[in-house]
Amino acid sequence: MSSQPRVLQILNVVSALLLAIAAWMSLSYAPTERVMGAVQRVFYFHVATAWVGMLGFIVAAVAGVLYLVKADLKWDKVGLAAVEISLVFFFIAVVLGSIWARPIWGTWWTWEPRLTTAAILEMVYLAYLLLREGIEDPERRARFGAVYTLLGGISVPVTFVSIRLFRTIHPVVVMGGNPNAQGGFNMETSMLQAMLFSIFAFSVIFATLFWHRLRLGALAEKVEQLKLKALQ
Amino acid sequence: MDAERSSPYLKAVWAVTWKDLTAELRSRELLSAMLVFALLVILIFNFALEMDKSARENVTAGVLWTTFAFAGTLGLNRSMAVEKDRGCLDGLLLAPVDRSAIYFGKVLSNLAFMILVELIVLPVYAVLYTSPSSRLLFTPAFLGVVLLGSVGYVAVGTLLASMAVQTRTRDVLLPILLFPVAVPVLVASVEASRAILQALPWGEVLPWLNVLLVYDVIFIALAFMVFDSIVEE
Repeated sequence: MSSQPRVLQILNVVSALLLAIAAWMSLSYAPTERVMGAVQRVFYFHVATAWVGMLGFIVAAVAGVLYLVKADLKWDKVGLAAVEISLVFFFIAVVLGSIWARPIWGTWWTWEPRLTTAAILEMVYLAYLLLREGIEDPERRARFGAVYTLLGGISVPVTFVSIRLFRTIHPVVVMGGNPNAQGGFNMETSMLQAMLFSIFAFSVIFATLFWHRLRLGALAEKVEQLKLKALQ
Repeated sequence: MDAERSSPYLKAVWAVTWKDLTAELRSRELLSAMLVFALLVILIFNFALEMDKSARENVTAGVLWTTFAFAGTLGLNRSMAVEKDRGCLDGLLLAPVDRSAIYFGKVLSNLAFMILVELIVLPVYAVLYTSPSSRLLFTPAFLGVVLLGSVGYVAVGTLLASMAVQTRTRDVLLPILLFPVAVPVLVASVEASRAILQALPWGEVLPWLNVLLVYDVIFIALAFMVFDSIVEE
């Protein structure tokens, strides 16, 4: 088995360092929010993990299109890696959001557009993984997977828009305001720094994990081929 | 239909639809199963929701669309499974026509089955759960929503059913694949239906009709583009 490339080894260390700094920035560097108190500190990682989840979602849909056009199994591995990472990070974002929502909204969960869309997105991913489970032929698995990520990539934004036709209570702190939002706040400079740094840190972590997952995919394929060879 | 005068593409679409309708007319397997299932779902809702007079006004739209969605899944699954099991799908694919014609043919027949079931369920529902808004179930506006919703649901459902029948876990897979993707169509159909049944102003219905139209157009176009890569061998 080939060892990890040099750049990836460096990325591992950099990711760990960035995660530590991001944790320090959000837990100690950024000031405590006046109204909400310490629980607001969840916000930095919440936004960063949700961002990574979105990134993976977009990568998966684009990889799906590229596979359908080029029919190169490389894009299937990219799509699968993106979906798996996105699934986990979106879940972390939802859990962190719940921890914040319990004291602020008074409930762990509410059927608000973003939350509902996040839940449906997770369902689309789980369905995608179940679909792959049921197909043995790698080429067909890739084709069906690509079609499904494409369907999901289009339907999830439509879901978001259609549920948003209802009223929303999710605070929008980054762009624009929502007069009905509960738990919004004005960001100080150091808060903004902590948020942007967390987003940056998690983007690097995403890249590192993505690389690892792609390597894993390549190795799994090698094992499969070796098994086939041994059977012949 | 005037088969001689229309284009070869439309003729192929119609041939597939006609084949399904004739087969169904002779066996009545699919329609009877869908219909009985739909009625059972409505019966179960009666126990599950305590549908007294005041509750009915609020839940009618939701109950109806849940019933349609479940019965629709049953029909979609069966209509593709029949093709796969008896090797008909391979035969269809050998036909020298554009493959999307097969898709649209299947969509039309599935749509016909779903609408038939809906047209039978609606009066039954109106009789079982009479309420002041019952007569609104048969207005052109409400039936239009039913049609738009069914078109979107069947368009995506036929595509996913042709995928699901080619997997190991076929029967259980279709609802899992279909429901998350069909959420916009269900949300918009339920909301539009509710607005019509509560006799809300037209401005409350229109945004949902727009969502339905957009969904239908996008997903029919998408299915048209990707159907080839689902049946290709």
